[in-house]
Amino acid sequence: MSGHPFPQSKEQLLHAYRTMRTIREFEERLHVDFGRGDIPGFVHLYAGEEAAAAGIMMHLTDSDRIASTHRGHGHCIAKGVDVVAMMKEIYGRRGGSCEGKGGSMHIADLDKGMMGANGILGAGAPLVCGAALAAKFRAKSGGPSDVAISFVGDGASNQGTFLESLNLAAVWNLPAIFVVENNGYAESTSRDYGVAVDSYVDRAAGFGLPGVTVDGTDFFAVHEAAGEIISRARKGGGPALLECKMVRFYGHFEGDAQTYRGPGELDRIRADHDCLKKFSAAVTGAGVIMPAELQAIDLEVLRLIERAVGEAKAAPQPSAKDLTTDVYVSY
Amino acid sequence: MARKISMKQAINEALDQEMVRDPTVVLMGEDIVGGAGGDGERDAWGGVLGVTKGLYAKHGDRLLDTPLSESAYVGAAIGAATCGMRPVAELMFVDFMGVCFDQIFNQAAKFKYMFGGRAQTPVVIRTMVGAGFRAAAQHSQMLTPLFTHIPGLKVVCPSTPYDTKGLLIQSIRDNDPVIFCEHKNLYGFEGEVPEASYAIPFGEANIVREGKHVSIVAYGLMVHRALDAAAALAREGVEAEVIDLRTLSPLDIDTVLESVAKTGRLVCVDEASPRCSIAADVSAQVAQRAFAALEGPIEMVTPPHVPVPFSPALEDLYIPSAAQVAAAVKRTMGGSKHG
Repeated sequence: MSGHPFPQSKEQLLHAYRTMRTIREFEERLHVDFGRGDIPGFVHLYAGEEAAAAGIMMHLTDSDRIASTHRGHGHCIAKGVDVVAMMKEIYGRRGGSCEGKGGSMHIADLDKGMMGANGILGAGAPLVCGAALAAKFRAKSGGPSDVAISFVGDGASNQGTFLESLNLAAVWNLPAIFVVENNGYAESTSRDYGVAVDSYVDRAAGFGLPGVTVDGTDFFAVHEAAGEIISRARKGGGPALLECKMVRFYGHFEGDAQTYRGPGELDRIRADHDCLKKFSAAVTGAGVIMPAELQAIDLEVLRLIERAVGEAKAAPQPSAKDLTTDVYVSY
Repeated sequence: MARKISMKQAINEALDQEMVRDPTVVLMGEDIVGGAGGDGERDAWGGVLGVTKGLYAKHGDRLLDTPLSESAYVGAAIGAATCGMRPVAELMFVDFMGVCFDQIFNQAAKFKYMFGGRAQTPVVIRTMVGAGFRAAAQHSQMLTPLFTHIPGLKVVCPSTPYDTKGLLIQSIRDNDPVIFCEHKNLYGFEGEVPEASYAIPFGEANIVREGKHVSIVAYGLMVHRALDAAAALAREGVEAEVIDLRTLSPLDIDTVLESVAKTGRLVCVDEASPRCSIAADVSAQVAQRAFAALEGPIEMVTPPHVPVPFSPALEDLYIPSAAQVAAAVKRTMGGSKHG
């Protein structure tokens, strides 16, 4: 129907590229600005993992909920959180997504269905069970068939909260999806050391859930697998686990010397496993999108990031009055 | 006026009335219905001590039995609260908070602040507290100070069926996360409770006995110990004022300060361990803000700094007694006759 080899429309493909490119440039810019000392605190970059966020989030609406991780910028951008507000937040400024009170690890936008990046690994999984439960109750009274998605890394996939949530979601047959972003490292520790089971499909089966493993650097594979799982959950088919095998272009945190990596590893993953390069080659190779169209998006994205940084640096600092507000609704 | 019902019945009635009033109220917890998936009776337990018994017949699947997974379901209650629901999660014994505390203190308590005011988490976590059940070290604690320490949480610990109903209804309607502490040794305690629904505002201590010689501050079961002590002291001509804090966060320190301004003496009674306790907090605030009004040393009556023991002989020694409260009153009053 679309007249080209992809199940997505050209518009969807351009959207996917824009999302991935925005995440990439956002993170690359943070890497530079953090190195310059412009950004306070802890920053964990999503660069290299963009295909997962884009491929999954394209199936969601604002009323679908996600709970993110400490490495949350990509999820935020793909879920539609305002990029300028995010940058202000990372700079700790007023007008940030959280008025400067949360920072990189806590960016949230509930109106966009983004329940928060989270500084506690695995903590989003129980919250997503609750969001999925609320969605189930709403659907029962005629509301939309929303889903809720919890992201964890391979590291947090070992947390009790995550494992308990797999069971609870299965017991309650919740429209909850658990995405394991397996980038090979829990901080500095390899996935092979820290996860005893070889396959996340097996781990899911142990909890009575269907599990799927995809190449998380392949947008098309992620988009297809996520689409099936999400659609099944919307129809009352219950929870599932999706493992995205991916690569992390930077360290666990900015400032990580990454001495745990093998020789040439970073060059190799940049060369062979860059999801953006793979996507661009596929869509231009098939003649569906012209290189010039992608370049035009690249320029727009660069301008957006430049504007975000400029506005963030110009934004006012929070004041002493802000220190003690927003603790309670009433007290 | 009102009929007399137990604290347990007051909790059940508050939950029932709020579930009728507000369809977003759901209950979840371990065995709060009981018998799920089995061949026998449904609503087999209604909670481990029968507090929610009978609600399943009225409200059906708005009561959710959970696996034994406190992290998962307490977190789910918190997550659902950020999505427009008003869940009441039952944490069977407060001692189990160790396995789900992250969801309470890093998640629920912090969303509003951490997200720049743009989230609210109207969740209630009901939990049994306190010693006296011969339930030993892991089922008997009074962990109110741990919750009170955390900005973003509200902490309630009622002493009567009347307060229990009104404060639980307020907890469910409140838009902040509330830890609702139910003393298991008060479940059978009866008192007058109106059938109609009512809410008691947070942060309003209750002067349960007026007096002019000494102020005794307590909450939960200790209010009754303080009242027993006050009755005994009255026979000796000492008029003690007994203040029931009712909510520990927010804390009505003003009522305590006003009382101390009148009496000049303070005894804080707390079933929690002594260090960094509610008693220690109230004592510090009074020492700081009403030092000039004090005519004697502030006294604290708490258990010793030990885990709750099992042996009835030891547990009875552990829990602060009315005699200990009366002795503390006499210490702060020193040799003086009524200050």
